[in-house]
Amino acid sequence: MKQSLFLVLMAFSRSLFSQDDLLKELEQSEKPKVEYTSSTFKGSRLVNGQTVEAKGKGELEFIFSHRFGAINSGSYNLFGLDQAYVRLGLEYGITDHLGVGFGRNSVDKTMDGYLRYRFLRQSSGARNMPVTVTAFVNGAIKTSPEELPVGQIYSDRLSYTGQLLIARKFSPGLSLQLMPTIIHRNAVDKTKEDNDLIALGVGGRLKVTRSIALTSEYYYRMNLKDGNQFRNSLGVGIDIETGGHVFQLVLTNAQGITERAFIGETTGDFFAGDIHLGFNVTRSFQLKKAK
Amino acid sequence: MKIIAIFLFVLSWSWCAAQKMTAEKTFVSFFSKASIEDIKAENTKSISIFNSETMDIVFSIPIKEFEFDKALMKEHFNEKYLESEKFPKATFAGKVSGFSKETSGEQAATAKGKMTIHGVSREIEVPGVITMEGGRLTVRAVFKIKLADYEVKIPQLLWKNIAEEVEVKIDFVYKAP
Repeated sequence: MKQSLFLVLMAFSRSLFSQDDLLKELEQSEKPKVEYTSSTFKGSRLVNGQTVEAKGKGELEFIFSHRFGAINSGSYNLFGLDQAYVRLGLEYGITDHLGVGFGRNSVDKTMDGYLRYRFLRQSSGARNMPVTVTAFVNGAIKTSPEELPVGQIYSDRLSYTGQLLIARKFSPGLSLQLMPTIIHRNAVDKTKEDNDLIALGVGGRLKVTRSIALTSEYYYRMNLKDGNQFRNSLGVGIDIETGGHVFQLVLTNAQGITERAFIGETTGDFFAGDIHLGFNVTRSFQLKKAK
Repeated sequence: MKIIAIFLFVLSWSWCAAQKMTAEKTFVSFFSKASIEDIKAENTKSISIFNSETMDIVFSIPIKEFEFDKALMKEHFNEKYLESEKFPKATFAGKVSGFSKETSGEQAATAKGKMTIHGVSREIEVPGVITMEGGRLTVRAVFKIKLADYEVKIPQLLWKNIAEEVEVKIDFVYKAP
């Protein structure tokens, strides 16, 4: 009698625990999905160079980059604040993975146009992909000096950059990136360097609060000739993010803001104090609805 | 007697299972009205089960599936405010009262239970409308959620952009198993 009663009670007591059980059952019934990593970096620029981030579809980003003169240029030059080089640029997301951009840097009055294509995204869950990879290609033309020097032709002003940006978001606070790069310059001083420059960049960002991150970037040039007068570029920065803007405050030995300039033609020695204070400000606008 | 008891026991299992209705069409939206910017998002990738015998109802809403007009808004929502990498789902587990599956047409009902958002759980009570029509059950509700209740922090700078309370609308259609 007792046993039967017990069984009957058991049958109806199932309903007491059913809410949490039902929730567990619900979650288990879900098919495994691919979880894509998002926001590996806060914006499209790390310090001087690019990140793997692509704009959303229909998103237009206005980017304003500014570099002052060197801090060790003395108080008469207001520690570099008197001098300034600027790049104004726009980048537009054609799709969520393909972006196009162009800009103009006052260093050598260089105009550049580029495409970025993110073809692999870091993911976990149903499919594991350890890194996000974006291809970046850029063409740049130096429009200064206005008059072509003797012995030069117009196409000497051109250069082309190709980069493979490989990044991994290790945790919500830490992302690291590798940037194998090749830059072809149509005209160089052949006694000091080759037309093709191969470099490997490394960089990363460390989130300190929800809106502030520390960044760093270093480009190591690999195929140098003896007598090359330029230096590898090094930069460190702080990213501050507000509603629609990302504000990046940087310290770098590079004054140029086009790939050809900061990777291949940096003259400053970071550890001798040839440090330029600068900032990148980006502002995003949604031109076409994301959905 | 024992045989009858065992029979009832086994029957109760299948009896319970037969009443579990799974949502086949889901819609969750939220809306925040502030002086500078209206923020709204929609999510059609939620899942839910309603047991019309025990009146238990559970929802699981994947935060990353909320769609916004602005890509940057979606990024901030996930990265900064809801921290969806840490808390990928918002869930509700509760009991429905005021609904009778024998009655057809619209019925005003209430769901009472545990709502978990951003890792924080609260007991809430939500009024809604349940409609039973030809084997399909529709659950609709409109209710307000206070962001601070779930530790969703709005920075001082953006208080004009994000309201302290958001209006949530749900529309789930369940089919009989």
